Amino acid sequence: MSAAETEEAARAAEARRAETELARNPDLAARKVRADRRELDEAADRRALERTWASGRGLWAWLTTTNHKDISARYIITAFVFFLLGGVEAAVMRLQLARPENGVLGPDLYNQVFTMHGTTMMFLFAVPIMEGIGLYLVPLMIGTRNVAFPRMNAYGYFAYLFGGLFLYVSFFLHTGPDAGWFAYVPLSGPGYSPGKRVDVWAQMITFTEIAALVGAIEIVVTVFKQRAPGMTLNRVPLFVWTQVISSFMIIFGMPAVMLASSFLASDRLIDTHFFNPAEGGDALLYQHVFWFFGHPEVYIIFLPALGFVSAIVAAFARRKVFGYTAMVLSLIATAFLGFGLWVHHMFATPLPQLGQSFFTGASMMIAIPSGVQIFCWLATLWGGKLRLKTPLLFVLGFVAIFTLGGLTGVMLAAVPLDLQVHDTYFVVAHFHYVLIGGAVFPLFGAFYYWAPKFMGRMLSERAGRWNFWLMFVGFNLVFFPMHQLGLKGMPRRVYTYLPETGWGDLNLLASLGALLLTAGVAVFLGNYLWARRAGEVAGDNPWHAPGLEWATASPPPAYNFVYLPTVQGRYAVWESDADAPVVVGLKTDCREVLVTHVLDAAPGHRYQLPGPSIWPLLVALATAAAFAPGIFTPWAFAVGAVLAFLALFGWFWSDPKSGNEPGRAAQPAPPAPQLEPTPRARPLEEGA
Amino acid sequence: MRRARAPLCPTLARLGAALACVSAAACRRGMQSALDPAGPQARRIENLWWLFFYVCAAVFVLVMVWTLAAVYRARVRRRETATALDVTDEPELAPAPQTERALRNVVVGATALTVVILFVFLVASFVTGRALWEPADRTNQLTVEVTGQQWWWKVRYLDAANAQNVFTTANEIHIPTNTPVTFKLQAPDVIHSFWVPNLMGKKDLIPGQIAYLWLQADRPGTYRGQCAEYCGMQHAHMAFYVVAEPPEQFAAWLTRQRMAAAQPASASAQRGQQVFMNAPCVMCHTIRGTQAGSGIGPDLTHVGSRTTIAAGTLPNERGHLANWVADAQSVKPGSRMPPNSLSPEDLQALLDYLQSLQ
Repeated sequence: MSAAETEEAARAAEARRAETELARNPDLAARKVRADRRELDEAADRRALERTWASGRGLWAWLTTTNHKDISARYIITAFVFFLLGGVEAAVMRLQLARPENGVLGPDLYNQVFTMHGTTMMFLFAVPIMEGIGLYLVPLMIGTRNVAFPRMNAYGYFAYLFGGLFLYVSFFLHTGPDAGWFAYVPLSGPGYSPGKRVDVWAQMITFTEIAALVGAIEIVVTVFKQRAPGMTLNRVPLFVWTQVISSFMIIFGMPAVMLASSFLASDRLIDTHFFNPAEGGDALLYQHVFWFFGHPEVYIIFLPALGFVSAIVAAFARRKVFGYTAMVLSLIATAFLGFGLWVHHMFATPLPQLGQSFFTGASMMIAIPSGVQIFCWLATLWGGKLRLKTPLLFVLGFVAIFTLGGLTGVMLAAVPLDLQVHDTYFVVAHFHYVLIGGAVFPLFGAFYYWAPKFMGRMLSERAGRWNFWLMFVGFNLVFFPMHQLGLKGMPRRVYTYLPETGWGDLNLLASLGALLLTAGVAVFLGNYLWARRAGEVAGDNPWHAPGLEWATASPPPAYNFVYLPTVQGRYAVWESDADAPVVVGLKTDCREVLVTHVLDAAPGHRYQLPGPSIWPLLVALATAAAFAPGIFTPWAFAVGAVLAFLALFGWFWSDPKSGNEPGRAAQPAPPAPQLEPTPRARPLEEGA
Repeated sequence: MRRARAPLCPTLARLGAALACVSAAACRRGMQSALDPAGPQARRIENLWWLFFYVCAAVFVLVMVWTLAAVYRARVRRRETATALDVTDEPELAPAPQTERALRNVVVGATALTVVILFVFLVASFVTGRALWEPADRTNQLTVEVTGQQWWWKVRYLDAANAQNVFTTANEIHIPTNTPVTFKLQAPDVIHSFWVPNLMGKKDLIPGQIAYLWLQADRPGTYRGQCAEYCGMQHAHMAFYVVAEPPEQFAAWLTRQRMAAAQPASASAQRGQQVFMNAPCVMCHTIRGTQAGSGIGPDLTHVGSRTTIAAGTLPNERGHLANWVADAQSVKPGSRMPPNSLSPEDLQALLDYLQSLQ
């Protein structure tokens, strides 16, 4: 037998084998047919989409991009840098508090550092990173090409960046705010905080809140109007639900803090007397307005983290999350209750007793939806087949830490207990358990889970385990002793304490724990830098996970999907039929997306999104020109308003390249896009 | 080697002690501790605390056991399926209905239990709260007015019957045991919070408002209090002491404090008084019975009788007092007390005078 004959025989055998397999498995047959049909035009469509959606290269492209993934990556990286800065501030504070009457930091610097730590972590890290991850993943998870208002998205990032830079430049010029991240009046008022420190804080709030509001609007509109056909409201992934709900909380909560910070700025700048009791103002008013934002803020940070948890639990327990409806209703209940318990930050103020007990009730009630969610995840784990990878480890750490933080939260809801431990280290312990346990642990889990999607490479599993255990042990060493310090009378925000108080040993323990926690974060950084170059190549869906974000390349192309997918179930990839229809008929020569209906995600019309634009940056600069010099003179606002008007004029002027002339943005007579007919295409309703 | 190791051992020993502390919750004795109550209010709160503590600890243990059991069970299940069929990565989209039903029952049961526990907590909290605000015995008319300011406490003993009896002191409050004392709290500058953990929870002092609180100590002792609301640069050094004494002893203290300052007896103290009157001291402080009558700083009429100076920052000893008078900013940076450059003789005389103000 010659070599050629052998080869031919082998080929024939291979063909026979493939044929029998096709005959045995109709699904595979359908997939093959579909692949064949698409082979020709898919390549061409892909090329056209590459051209249309390319952001370009170089500085100009960097400044003008409107791609949600580019902007989100910046959000995530910037917020992580702020996380590291806030962490360094925390480490320096732990150094100062390690021994009684320590001299690492004087009172002036310490007060700036703790204010910077709180402000950074709340405004520059937690909210932006959650929104950043949401803005990256939500369009992918709901199957669209970009967020609803791409230029506004770019504007939001620049506003956030300028706000953060403004704060840190001021800090390094020794003008860091020193009245606490909450800046209570009258201490932060003109009488007791002369200089520009508190003005910097107040204006920075405005910048970052603009960014948060912009991001929230993006997410709500994108989710409501751009979901892939078939993703009815009761098939929206839990992750996307958490993003939508926390965005609504931002829309209702953030204006309150902007009100507080603007009143404060105007008290300081133009001598209004909103908070000046001597002139009939009210110091407590500030606290009400601030905490009306400040408490929901906790849930704004924490709800997206619950979305990470749900996504990770489903993927690593290899089953759907138990109790989808209960979970969604719990999230919504949390959001509503979250606005009804701000007074528990003010139990020590002279407010009427009876009124306070209503807030006790509301504060305790929020444990119910939180409990329901924990129980549902535990039920999911119970019924699943676990793959105990790093993301799931972080989720298990979250369950332990967050449960403890939730229980101490119930304690704080009781007025008598709160009167003892309010403003002590007990509260510091409590909210670090809730925020680090409830948000940062899931966040690190999310990094390990989605890193393959973000950068196309896997993070190291071994380093991941080190990362988890260092952080878990370190965290508990730092914060568990603080419960006891609070009960032993140590107040918050003290730059030192006397030896006779007996707080030295527990403080030393906490400071040593900070070393482990820092080491854990360092391992993560090393892992990330290593994986960027040398990590295992991930492929589209390394975890065999259910979300639509895994149904495209890693990292995703600029246009996300060559053909927008359709959705047959809550777990889109797992429940996708082999012959599921895809959306065809969208233009590939301009940035067109499909707009669908709010409830049933039925195709409505096509809508053209704008392309790259420099105007968002210019409007952000105009905003900065109003707020940054606005700490010195109110005239800056007049100048900034004119500049912003001019920049917005340019923004709304027609831009032929993006084809976005006024009036042409929405197609007047929208032709419904066709769903590609496939051999076994079915009407969408059937799967609903 | 020995020298290098020596300091490590006490540190390790202390660490061990701290760990033992954390685990056993044993270190609850303290002069500023919520878990070492010396009065009926703090005791009620402590009881409430232990109720919450034990119930929450039980809940935590249950959740952890559930989590670990779920992890263990799920891993076992995975191992079983992995050996039987090689489909471990196939997601389970239609779990067995009986499992789901059982899980639903557990989740509903756990939620119901949560609601019941929260309701118990709510009632317990409300009942405790009511008791905190109503003194058992309203016969005592003693009212102490406390004014928190950056960064010390002005204390005035009011007397509605006789205005002559009103006097002012600072940073040290004496109360009779087993008697409820009313506190009238105010702040002229920024928000402070009045807190003596061994006796009662805290109360914020909001500028423009007056807050009331009553306290009762049922065993004699010295209890430390501290400002609990961040109030600026020296928030950390704004402490005070509450000294609870048997009623007779308290009455004696009250009588002594009502009197004007004693005239200096020794020559040195007399010179010290002159120094005081000629130095910037007189611009801010009051010494009743002399010309010094300013209300900016603490009243020094009986400063020699107090246990601490600078709002609980330093023990009231001659060396510390000298340091404080000469260079307060090195002790408490940012405080309103200016440095005073006095000749050594003047300083010694001034110290003699201040210490004579018993």
